Amino acid sequence: MSHDPAHDAPAAAAVPGPIGPEASVLVGKADWFLNWSRKSSLWYLLFATACCGIELMQTGASRYDLDRFGAVFRATPRQADLMIVAGTVTHKMAERLKRLYDQMPEPKYVLSMGSCANTGGPFYKDSYCVVKGVDLLIPVDVYVPGCPPRPEALIDGFLKLQKIIMQKRNFAAKA
Amino acid sequence: MEPRDIFDALKARFGDAVVELQGEGFRPPFVVVSPESILEVARFLRDEPGLAFDSLMCLSGVDYKDRFAVAYHLHSLPAKHRIGIKVFLPKDAPSLPSVDAVWPAANFMEREAFDLFGIVFEGSKDLRRILLPEDWEGHPLRKDYKYPDFYHGIKI
Repeated sequence: MSHDPAHDAPAAAAVPGPIGPEASVLVGKADWFLNWSRKSSLWYLLFATACCGIELMQTGASRYDLDRFGAVFRATPRQADLMIVAGTVTHKMAERLKRLYDQMPEPKYVLSMGSCANTGGPFYKDSYCVVKGVDLLIPVDVYVPGCPPRPEALIDGFLKLQKIIMQKRNFAAKA
Repeated sequence: MEPRDIFDALKARFGDAVVELQGEGFRPPFVVVSPESILEVARFLRDEPGLAFDSLMCLSGVDYKDRFAVAYHLHSLPAKHRIGIKVFLPKDAPSLPSVDAVWPAANFMEREAFDLFGIVFEGSKDLRRILLPEDWEGHPLRKDYKYPDFYHGIKI
């Protein structure tokens, strides 16, 4: 940008700076920026234990393309921000699930996908081996109902989670 | 070979250890044998040229409330015939010899029967729980199984 004498004028008389490709300064809330960054690159952990995993794969594949929201799958919890619990969680798996959740870095989010992860689903009654809802193990941000949910439903849940993230206050004074 | 012929061959070889042929209403027909003789019967079924049962398709446990049973589904690829073998076990401390030395595929299925029914297969290569966690108490597919209230602090 070439030097313009008008920019040396006192602040009170300043005209708005250039907008568009030439803009070099943006003014906004730090909260908004941080939340926007987080919601726009929600990398999710590959955690599929049952048929919901097939729908999760469909959602990630080219037709529904979850990547357009900045979400790509990670095969390690250490690079993941979001755990999509897709499928039935047994008591044997519960220990592994908790360990994977603990290995994810903060801030981390959990999306419970399908009836099994929400409540135990068809295994709610008369099952000795299925955990009746993944919220008994780890905190859940969004529940997506369905058996299994269609990719549209999962994407809707994902967008709901992005809304939740945008409401977060990162710099509020500690109470 | 027809099931009756297989039964006759076993009866001729093992005598009283072979109890009966459950033919009517069973598919495949089952030959009931005594628990002690199952390993010898299995080896005979596999190695006898006319029988040649080289494939153990399925091994399952059954709870009849007053007694247990183990059912073996056998198939012969060369002879193209099949038969079932059934062993009845007492309600208390059911146990019988393992056949994983005859058919290595038996190991996983015996572990499943052990895990869910508590049937002990003596002489097994590796008899551990296969589906449930290792510290699980009880055998859930038994008719008299009582569900625990909690597992590791999680409500069941």
